[in-house]
Amino acid sequence: MTDIRILDPSDLGTLIAELQARGFRVVGPTRRGDAIVTGEIRSVSDLPRGIGDTQEPAAYRLTERGDGAFFGFAAPAQSTKPVFFPAEEVVWRGRRDHERGGHFTVERDTADAVPVALLGVRSCDLRAVQIHDQVLSHRHYKDAHYTARRDGTVVIAVACGEPAATCFCASMGTGPRPAVADPQTREPAYDLLLTEVIDETDHHFVVEVGTETGRELADAIQARKGTGKDQARAIEITDAAANRQTRHIDRKSVHDVMRLSAESPHWEAVASRCLACTNCTMVCPTCFCTTISDVSDLAGENAERHRVWDSCFSSEFSYVHGGPTRESTKARYRQWITHKLSSWEDQFGMLGCVGCGRCITWCPAGIDITEEAAALGRMSGLVSTQNAALT
Amino acid sequence: MTTAPADAGVTDSAGFANSAGFANDAGFANDAGFANDADPMVPRRYAITRVRGDTRDTFTLLLDPVDCEPLTFRAGQFTMLHAFGVGEVPISISGDPRGVRSDGSPAPLEHTIRNVGAVTRALVNAKPGTEVGVRGPFGTSWDVADAAGHDLVFVTGGIGLAPLRPAILDVLAERDRYGKVLLLYGSRTPDDILYGAEMRRWADFNDVNVQMTVDNAPYGYKGKVGFVTELIARAGFQPRRSYAFVCGPEGMMRAAASALTARGVPAARIRLSMERSMKCGVGLCGHCQLRDLFICVDGPVLDYARVAPLMTVREL
Repeated sequence: MTDIRILDPSDLGTLIAELQARGFRVVGPTRRGDAIVTGEIRSVSDLPRGIGDTQEPAAYRLTERGDGAFFGFAAPAQSTKPVFFPAEEVVWRGRRDHERGGHFTVERDTADAVPVALLGVRSCDLRAVQIHDQVLSHRHYKDAHYTARRDGTVVIAVACGEPAATCFCASMGTGPRPAVADPQTREPAYDLLLTEVIDETDHHFVVEVGTETGRELADAIQARKGTGKDQARAIEITDAAANRQTRHIDRKSVHDVMRLSAESPHWEAVASRCLACTNCTMVCPTCFCTTISDVSDLAGENAERHRVWDSCFSSEFSYVHGGPTRESTKARYRQWITHKLSSWEDQFGMLGCVGCGRCITWCPAGIDITEEAAALGRMSGLVSTQNAALT
Repeated sequence: MTTAPADAGVTDSAGFANSAGFANDAGFANDAGFANDADPMVPRRYAITRVRGDTRDTFTLLLDPVDCEPLTFRAGQFTMLHAFGVGEVPISISGDPRGVRSDGSPAPLEHTIRNVGAVTRALVNAKPGTEVGVRGPFGTSWDVADAAGHDLVFVTGGIGLAPLRPAILDVLAERDRYGKVLLLYGSRTPDDILYGAEMRRWADFNDVNVQMTVDNAPYGYKGKVGFVTELIARAGFQPRRSYAFVCGPEGMMRAAASALTARGVPAARIRLSMERSMKCGVGLCGHCQLRDLFICVDGPVLDYARVAPLMTVREL
């Protein structure tokens, strides 16, 4: 029996203060310019209250909602990816001593391991964090900085009631209501799950407690008890949100569709529109490719190794002596979508797409992963035209 | 693989916290969290003992550790070699996995590299005594011991012999455990033949059937001219009881593997060393991803049975 609580909007500030008092760096959605991004939440005023968004292929606009909702928008422009996996970080710093015959020393950089409280993380992005845990932390070689930053994370998730036109988490099985447990680790997925309820007379949050830490937090801020009826109302909201999603990927067939489509003529058609700009990989919450940038001062005495996000859309990405393995844009697009929707499953046991729709929104050419997957499905013969028409 | 930095290699907390932010002179800071178990992302210091010129563009770097235990490796594995302030490149180890000096101490770490880029240029032009960084060893092995009791066919060309050399030396160390050993070697010109004197020794003293061919021969050249893969059809080995080890450009490996399977060598007994862009060596950076594989950890040595479908799609 789930422990259900109720929070009033005024309790959000108390919750933030409580997390800070417990030593957490609170991170959540905040408005920066004309976009909602993931950033530091110092007080409740940092949350984008009353702001909504519209997202379409190659289009993103903020809107005024007029209802004072705190989480009344869909996927922020950037996910929580940079919180644990920054776009650039120092791996080590080195110094060479010319007087001692080029002797050099290297010192590993350490990650600032202040535990993070993710406030208002959406189901899609929460699933992306779980996927990153598998990729970066649960294999033989681990990303040490990622693992350190993920240690002790508290998750205050938000069940999404406002999908954008680009969202397709329902079809990916990743939202809009998060699963109680991480399917890979079986660990609880969140400490608290908030569902924002707004009607003519009332504005409150239904809180579902996921862990003992979550219960302590709820107790500490004296969140009053809710009932099964409140939970039912929360589920109604996410069910409705799922039903409003218009895009979808057939996740049962897509793995095999991609495998069969390696030589499809369709890649040419996508490549004729793709600018290879790398936007999709930069906003994707699961893309994890990085490169190394060794920088040194002019004297060559001090050097730093930086780990920087990279993209399989750049021609340098696959470069070996003699030229890039993937010279054409069609090969790079195929690499990206095939990894997300097929090889990822072979490597990590789940698909690498959570249905957040960011790659659709932020593609300047409006290339739509769901449309391309559907087109390849039809051409491969694995997905019938009838089924495809539903997409 | 354990690395115990030398006595002076542990920096106290004051050293770690100094304003310049560097560990003190002797090396790796314990506080930075990698002294006890080698951190795969941090290079260990090796000094160049010698740079040996092999051909006009190919050199062998002999390295000795400055303040860590010599690394142990398996034939076929690679390291990430770092020229300070310039960059890092993946290079297969070309030395003897059991190598020792005449006094019994471990032989230097050997890498044979072609001078084709900024990092390799910095490495081959470095003076003896210069320190370079070494991460690894990483990746899979040729595992030649699996072939005990069988015939062995090594097919390679140019610098592709370098990653195979440790495997050949493994075989020669226990030569009587194996049947026939063939080395089919191709090079662009007679001047580009790598380890020529050593191959002659293998042929003369170690019962290795060495067959060479060149792509382009000068007037009057008496040896074979043609692609190395063309030697496979007539080479004397029993296909159904053979293992093959192939290293070269992907097109050459594809041609070699199909010539070998055409003679009846099972695909699962043909091993190839795949090359892809690599930045981390530990499966994290994504550069070497090839469908379900990360070449740096699942390879570089892979069974042809596993990679054949990946070698027939262009630009995969």
